[in-house]
Amino acid sequence: MMGGNWERLCGKIGRWLFAARSKVTQTPPSLSRWLKGFCTTQIAKSDVEQRPFSTETSSVGVVLLTRDRCVARIFVLLTLIVVVSPVHAQSVRDTIGVTQPKIVKIFGAGGRTSLAAYGTGFFVSPQGHIATVWSHVLDADVVGVVLADGRRFTAKVLGAEPQLALAVLKLNAADGLEFPFFAVNETPSAGMGTRVLGFSNMFNVAAGDEPVSVIHGVIASRTNLEARRGAFESPYTGPVYVVDAVTNNSGAAGGVLTTRDGRLLGMIGQELRNSKSNTWVNYAIPITELRESIQQIISGKFTAKRDPNEDETASKPRRYKPLDFGFLLVPDVVDRTPAFIDLVQPESPAAKAGLKADDLVLFINDELIQTCRVMQDAVGRLESGDRLRLVVRRGNELVTIEMSVLKKKE
Amino acid sequence: MKLSPLFLESWLIALVAVSVFFSGVLSDKLLAAEPAVREAELKRVEVIERVAPTVVAVFAKGGAGGGSGVLITKDGFALTNFHVVDGLGPFMKCGLNDGVLYDAVLVGLDPTGDVALIKLLGREDFPPATMGDSDKVEIGDWTYVMGNPFLLATDFAPTVTYGIVSGTHRYQPPAGTWLEYTDCIQVDTSINPGNSGGPLFHASGELIGINGRGSFEKRGRVNAGAGYAISINQIKYFLDQLKAGRVVDHATLGATVTTQNDGSVTVNGILETSDVFRRGLRSGDELVSFAGRPIRSVNQFKNILGIYPKDWMLPIVFRHDGERREIHARLRGLHTKSELLPDAKPKKPRPKPKGKDGKPGDKPELPEMPKADPHADAKVVIPERWKDLFVAKAGFANYRFNQLEQERVLASLKSLGDFASATGTWRLNGQSTTGDPFEMTVSAKGIGLEIRDAAFFQQLEDTDGADEPPGTGGFLIGVHHLRLLLSKGPAAFTDSYYFGSEPLDGRGVLVDVLVCSLSAVESRWYFSRSSGVLTGFDTRLHEDAEACVVRFTGLADFAGKRLPQTWMVRSGEKEFATLRVERAEFAAMKKEAGK
Repeated sequence: MMGGNWERLCGKIGRWLFAARSKVTQTPPSLSRWLKGFCTTQIAKSDVEQRPFSTETSSVGVVLLTRDRCVARIFVLLTLIVVVSPVHAQSVRDTIGVTQPKIVKIFGAGGRTSLAAYGTGFFVSPQGHIATVWSHVLDADVVGVVLADGRRFTAKVLGAEPQLALAVLKLNAADGLEFPFFAVNETPSAGMGTRVLGFSNMFNVAAGDEPVSVIHGVIASRTNLEARRGAFESPYTGPVYVVDAVTNNSGAAGGVLTTRDGRLLGMIGQELRNSKSNTWVNYAIPITELRESIQQIISGKFTAKRDPNEDETASKPRRYKPLDFGFLLVPDVVDRTPAFIDLVQPESPAAKAGLKADDLVLFINDELIQTCRVMQDAVGRLESGDRLRLVVRRGNELVTIEMSVLKKKE
Repeated sequence: MKLSPLFLESWLIALVAVSVFFSGVLSDKLLAAEPAVREAELKRVEVIERVAPTVVAVFAKGGAGGGSGVLITKDGFALTNFHVVDGLGPFMKCGLNDGVLYDAVLVGLDPTGDVALIKLLGREDFPPATMGDSDKVEIGDWTYVMGNPFLLATDFAPTVTYGIVSGTHRYQPPAGTWLEYTDCIQVDTSINPGNSGGPLFHASGELIGINGRGSFEKRGRVNAGAGYAISINQIKYFLDQLKAGRVVDHATLGATVTTQNDGSVTVNGILETSDVFRRGLRSGDELVSFAGRPIRSVNQFKNILGIYPKDWMLPIVFRHDGERREIHARLRGLHTKSELLPDAKPKKPRPKPKGKDGKPGDKPELPEMPKADPHADAKVVIPERWKDLFVAKAGFANYRFNQLEQERVLASLKSLGDFASATGTWRLNGQSTTGDPFEMTVSAKGIGLEIRDAAFFQQLEDTDGADEPPGTGGFLIGVHHLRLLLSKGPAAFTDSYYFGSEPLDGRGVLVDVLVCSLSAVESRWYFSRSSGVLTGFDTRLHEDAEACVVRFTGLADFAGKRLPQTWMVRSGEKEFATLRVERAEFAAMKKEAGK
């Protein structure tokens, strides 16, 4: 039995080797170029002269890191015979020149201790839709947006996905004005070792009529995010690019990570700490994770994702969320964030009942609401058929708002 | 479909075999690398080897702290940060990558720009860096930072970091009242404590800036991806002043500006004693350009203004009642003289990590190393061998270097002939370019001028002088100063110093400037840097007065004594006359005394 297996195996190896050799001899240029392109971690020829590390060390590192991936790709090559050519000739200067006009600086709420009043965003449509992080900076009626060439606009929050810490703004610009933008549909391949550029308004250095700061680095890994913000776990736990450049700085969130030829890889996320080591994480959320929500918000068909962790908390039922009624609370940034209404979706039950942005919720069904979290819990406990009665403070007035709790569509 | 373990195993072994087969081929290929990669690496190695010898490790007394620096001349002048040498005293120790520790002497200070000039001693063949043009630097350019971060290098071989330019023409507000970084270069190249004062090199090896600060915020004082370098072009403007041993000041307009809703920048306040006011700038006027660069915002204007020295003349274009005007105005100082005195030094200008303005500690900080305990050894230690290289004087970092520069500039006056004996009355006559004959009599008691049937007289006893002839700004007093300078030298004045260089009239080539004052009256003498010839002077009756401007062309020989031939005399926009000296007589003192 062993003998038979061994023979079969040897035969297989022999055929493999033969196949590999014959491919090599049959298609030497494309194969060698492909392997070379791959094994030097996608160094485009134009990049080469500016490569910052010594050849020996990085090359050996690449061999060690990627040998099994080499094998995997050879497998793909031999079975599919697909030739990939990741060569894009462009200098870093050119890339920066083309990319910077797609990045904007955002100025809004904040300015308190450790809460900067500035951030970064990037155009995702020629009409002036801007993707950025969902943060306290957006906690203003309108936010200021400054373009790379110094033009100033205001913008409004069009929609947000707190689960992804994503918000989409719309620039208040005259019809017909077009803006350079990132096509979020594209998915450039990137992995460990891919050389990247980071664009952001870090530290608000670019305070004037000037383009944002650019930093360089490589992708250190692609992994799932395990991080926290202050005392809270990060709501987003999906895949991220971790980079060796310092992207985790005030004002940098909402900036972009691109390839060296300027293709969008991801959005620099909020300032988070690794929940295990307590160190700041330099990461970006891949655009592939964000684009569905971005496109939905732009097209107006957006429904917020459910938080999988929140569904079955026995002690704290989360049957309903504020968004089910068409409103959002301000971001829960401090220990006892007052339950201010941040946003009311037009035509939603909350809007029809007369709830307005900036209302401060004081009571829900006679229960005193002191913080955003208490409010989330109270809303979570509602059941279909209940009445939801809010007492809110609007200016110096107390206003009562009532709506019915409808059965949720599954 | 479920795969059998056997199938998987065989595939796995096959894959391992293939990988073994290919690994040889691949590692050969990788170790060889692409020729371009190898070439790029060799180029980096070449550049680093070429410029590393220029990098200086600056040490505080006892080696308890320090920073970095960079050599810029063969005779040992080196740039570093003000905040590195501040408090170190006039002498310090500096290491180069040859492993030798050199003595160095403080030469000049620019507290506002955070620059200091020191001179390494003991050699005439130091390896200097080549200064580049920092205005040509673009975002994305590759750069090297070299220096002595964390004082790692015990053999003084600099630490090298590599990164890109993240932003150009950045503005970083003052830390305290000084250390304002205007028009600076932002890099993601690592800048850490101890890198302060060290060079920022372009990938080509040219010196483009002096590293001095970074944004650190929540990470403590280590690199967070945003470091700032003072542009080398700014330093070039100040270099001659620093070499002159001075404590220099930066310029201010004498007017405040604000951004209008339409984006234009307008004057909203102006000092009536300022030169820009005298040249016609008024509140409400729109600034169009400054020093040849168009103005688009207040920040940008501050950015451009901040790189220029006090007392320089620069072109300004503005719009007044819709009319475009171009002026050249002399700029005032940002600080008063007493603010720049070392004793007036307040507390350490260290930025507060968390500003009251709510910005969360985003003010950049200085990545300096901890200083030696200033009380440990309060006595200034002056090495015996170099003690002649330091002279203390208020307003100067090291007056000895100013004396040397004064001697250099004044040496050229000797070629005009021996005026030392000509302490008596001088008589000059000739014609103006408009054909009017003139006669000037210059004596120790008074100066007279006859021209166009008018006579003007300035007596010199018990008076500082007046605006004679009226409207010239004090031409006759200026002539008196000229006579003093030629016959007695700077000793005849209450104070004199070498200023440095400036572009003549804000548009010409750089000239050497010597400043002499006699009570309230100040004269600035301009010497051609190429020939050493005296090309003119300005005399100001007091600090805020409109100057009398005299510009010379040609030289005429009068029995062994040479004087400028043509004298253009004007004040403000108004020309008084252009005098052509045809005859000159110089009497000795004795003759005059006998009168």
